[in-house]
Amino acid sequence: MTSVKEGLGDKRSDVLMREQTTPPPASNAAGLRSASVMSGRGREARFLWLVPTVYIIFLMLPIYWLLNMSFKTTNEILGGFSLWPRSFTVASYVEILTNPVWYNGYISSISYVFINTAISVSVALPAAYAFSRYRFLGDKHLFFWLLTNRMAPPAVFALPFYQLYSAINLFDTPWAVALAHCLFNIPLAVWILEGFMSGVPKEIDETAFIDGYSWPRFFVKIFMPLIASGIGVTAFFCFMFSWVELLLAKTLTSVAAKPIAAVMTRTASTSGYELGLLAAAGVLTIVPGAIVIWFVRNYIAKGFALGRV
Amino acid sequence: MDKTWNNKAWFMVLPVLVLVAFNAIIPLMTVVNYSVQETFGNNLFFFEGVKWFQEVLNSPRFHSSLLRQFAFTGLILLIEVPLGVAVALAMPRSGPWVAVCLVLMSLPLLIPWNVVGAMWNIFALPDIGLLGYVINAMGISYNFTSQPLSAWFTVVLMDVWHWTSLVVLLAYAGLVSIPDAYYQAAKIDGASRWSVFRFIQLPKMKRVLTIAVLLRFMDSFMVYTEPFVLTGGGPGNATTFLSIDLVKAALGEFNLGIAAAMSIIYFLMTLLVSWLFYTLMTQSEAEG
Repeated sequence: MTSVKEGLGDKRSDVLMREQTTPPPASNAAGLRSASVMSGRGREARFLWLVPTVYIIFLMLPIYWLLNMSFKTTNEILGGFSLWPRSFTVASYVEILTNPVWYNGYISSISYVFINTAISVSVALPAAYAFSRYRFLGDKHLFFWLLTNRMAPPAVFALPFYQLYSAINLFDTPWAVALAHCLFNIPLAVWILEGFMSGVPKEIDETAFIDGYSWPRFFVKIFMPLIASGIGVTAFFCFMFSWVELLLAKTLTSVAAKPIAAVMTRTASTSGYELGLLAAAGVLTIVPGAIVIWFVRNYIAKGFALGRV
Repeated sequence: MDKTWNNKAWFMVLPVLVLVAFNAIIPLMTVVNYSVQETFGNNLFFFEGVKWFQEVLNSPRFHSSLLRQFAFTGLILLIEVPLGVAVALAMPRSGPWVAVCLVLMSLPLLIPWNVVGAMWNIFALPDIGLLGYVINAMGISYNFTSQPLSAWFTVVLMDVWHWTSLVVLLAYAGLVSIPDAYYQAAKIDGASRWSVFRFIQLPKMKRVLTIAVLLRFMDSFMVYTEPFVLTGGGPGNATTFLSIDLVKAALGEFNLGIAAAMSIIYFLMTLLVSWLFYTLMTQSEAEG
């Protein structure tokens, strides 16, 4: 909180300073403290922090409610409305972490997500290099075609995917889901990586080749370390989009490789009102994302913009 | 960057090509195949030409789910884009709060989509959910499982909750890339808050906003999981959007011909938008 107050103090003195220095504009001191005044923030600035604060509170409310529910007993949930758990219990979490039906759901979700991320990033790396460095026959058409797959509605593919993966005997394995998610994750990975790679000057490649590096050696030893953050962001996005997708994951599995998300859906529909369990399972699916997001916080916008901010 | 002409680069893209083609072309061919045939079980198929397409395009059911889809997407864009830009403008440009804001705001984007639906279900239940309870306590009758209006309100609010942060993140990335010199020049000219926004910030955000609008358009156009988990397309058909209708036809009723024809029409629509997106992006890239 102190830093918020300091920030406000800053802005107030900015306002004063501006009033003093007008009409002769931009004295050196005012010129330096550009960030707040210059972005056109005047008197309204002292209330400006309210907007993101209210927005974040709005974002946190449903998550708080989920947490709240996950610590309640079923009786208390059905007993009526309460803002916080009166009889605090972790029984739902214990049930999820000890019942194989539940924790196997997590294991299979995590396994297909990891397989998918590994495949997507490793095949996208050379392809993104090709798109960022070379022109070749049909390159623009190919790039556009890749994009269309990122935009294809998964609902369109649900039924044919079911038949395709049944036909090649991969139905109900993590591999089926991992391969199916390549449909949108590989194009995404190529796009993000291409954006990052285009930021590396071409002279570096040329110098390395003159120095006698072969292409694979150059790529692994010199180029990949240069775009390490890009690779990290790409892996994060593949992880994320595979983690949040459910329609295909549910269609391609039945018992053995059922993702946690599908286990939750079944609980919601068959065993009636086990809201506490459902809420606890939901909270546990938020945790991995919340952890990894910290590492990519400065790049997340660049990833969403497909490497093009 | 000027690129060298090198057809051997095809070998580098080959693995991508094979994997994506396996996932895209074979299923698409299956869909095309179904869309022109009639089946009577026992794997007997008869060529039917464009019958299914005519049936889908003339069916009131398709029209109404398409209409709902456009209404939903329109509402989403009208709310999320201005709201996202407003939040991005109000965010601090530097300091310790930036990271906190970014991480908290990205949180909804990382929650599995069906958990988003389940979470909002619990949040909006009229008797024990915070949202439903508060609205009812204010004297407004609200129940998203039985009133179409409440269902729409909840579905739209859920999507705003889920995806506005994407617009915020992109708009913010555009804003921080504006050099201070621009603001200094504006100050010397005595520019108002509005003209700073209109003539400096908005043009600089143009590219990221184009991406944001089109991503939001396409993702909301294929929305499935969240509204399906929340309302199941109901009450009645009130929130049955295009993809919910499609999955119902394909996996629920096994109307293969209809579902396949619908898929292709749906796919062509997204293809059109993707093309628009691509053209706009490459144009803005050419402009610099």
